Amino acid sequence: MFSEEQIERYSRHIMLKEVGGKGQKKLFDGKVMIIGAGGLGSPIALYLAAAGIGTIGIADADCVDLSNLQRQIAHHTKDIGVPKVFSAKEKMTAMNPEVRINTYETWVNADNITDIIKDYDFVIDGTDNFAAKFLINDACVLTGKPYSHGGILQFDGQTITVKPGESACYRCIFPTPPPKDAIPTCSRAGVIGVLPGVIGTIQATEAIKFLLGAGDLLIDRLLTYNALRMKFREVPIRKKPKCPICGDNPTITELKDELEALNVCEIGEAKG
Amino acid sequence: MNLTVNGKPATIDRKETLNITALLDELKVAQPEYVTVELNGEILERDNFESTVVRNGDTVEFLYFMGGGN
Repeated sequence: MFSEEQIERYSRHIMLKEVGGKGQKKLFDGKVMIIGAGGLGSPIALYLAAAGIGTIGIADADCVDLSNLQRQIAHHTKDIGVPKVFSAKEKMTAMNPEVRINTYETWVNADNITDIIKDYDFVIDGTDNFAAKFLINDACVLTGKPYSHGGILQFDGQTITVKPGESACYRCIFPTPPPKDAIPTCSRAGVIGVLPGVIGTIQATEAIKFLLGAGDLLIDRLLTYNALRMKFREVPIRKKPKCPICGDNPTITELKDELEALNVCEIGEAKG
Repeated sequence: MNLTVNGKPATIDRKETLNITALLDELKVAQPEYVTVELNGEILERDNFESTVVRNGDTVEFLYFMGGGN
């Protein structure tokens, strides 16, 4: 089933009892959708391609900017001005030409997200705004799609994996998005460049484990990381009966864009 | 009153009980209006912050929004 070259390429995986030839085949048959091709999206995209995930989708409408290069390691200096999804695809293909990469040069919104994620087994949130983070949660919960949430700011990061119907979702922790401008973003408050490497790599690990069916997923616990103190903490999270989307009497039953959570300059982008 | 706050011991120099709103104020939590509070493993509804009190030995977690990723 695998060529000699493939066996060589994935040999360090295949020798793991949790992976083996069968597991590597599962990865090759697996489909993972990455939303956001920036700080978190870069390590996720590169590691998933290297791991031999057979089909990887990547969505982002942004182009590479000089200020991205301090952390968005899928993009190189020569890529400034290039759409991030194409820049990322080029590096992923160079690393592993066997992987099929679907690019979506768009922002996700309530109208397109269901279609974008529907053919994938697992979704990863690598976005940089609350409107997208809540939308991804809602779309995944409503369609029963497992996904990994990731968030970063300055020296802090957080991540949790959501298995809709089984485990707590993002809205179990944060029922509604904060109003626009209330919480600082990386572009205004800064972020240490290595931080998305740590959180994104954990998110990619979750996708790989999900496809393999190996180990324990990061469900019902929010992992927080502080790079300055070099501390990881795990906060147990229970699925909330009163959660507005996955609770017993959900008030959210269809997707809508959280326009209140968008900065004015982003509304056109999210709708576009 | 001795609490565990975000995994660390915290002593509140108060005899009387404290509701969640007062606790956020006492601990000078930044942007308390956007913080999710978990008390002894249960995430609290914001509407119940006034009526929920902390007691000696309680475990409290403050969970913060992190919207970055880019």
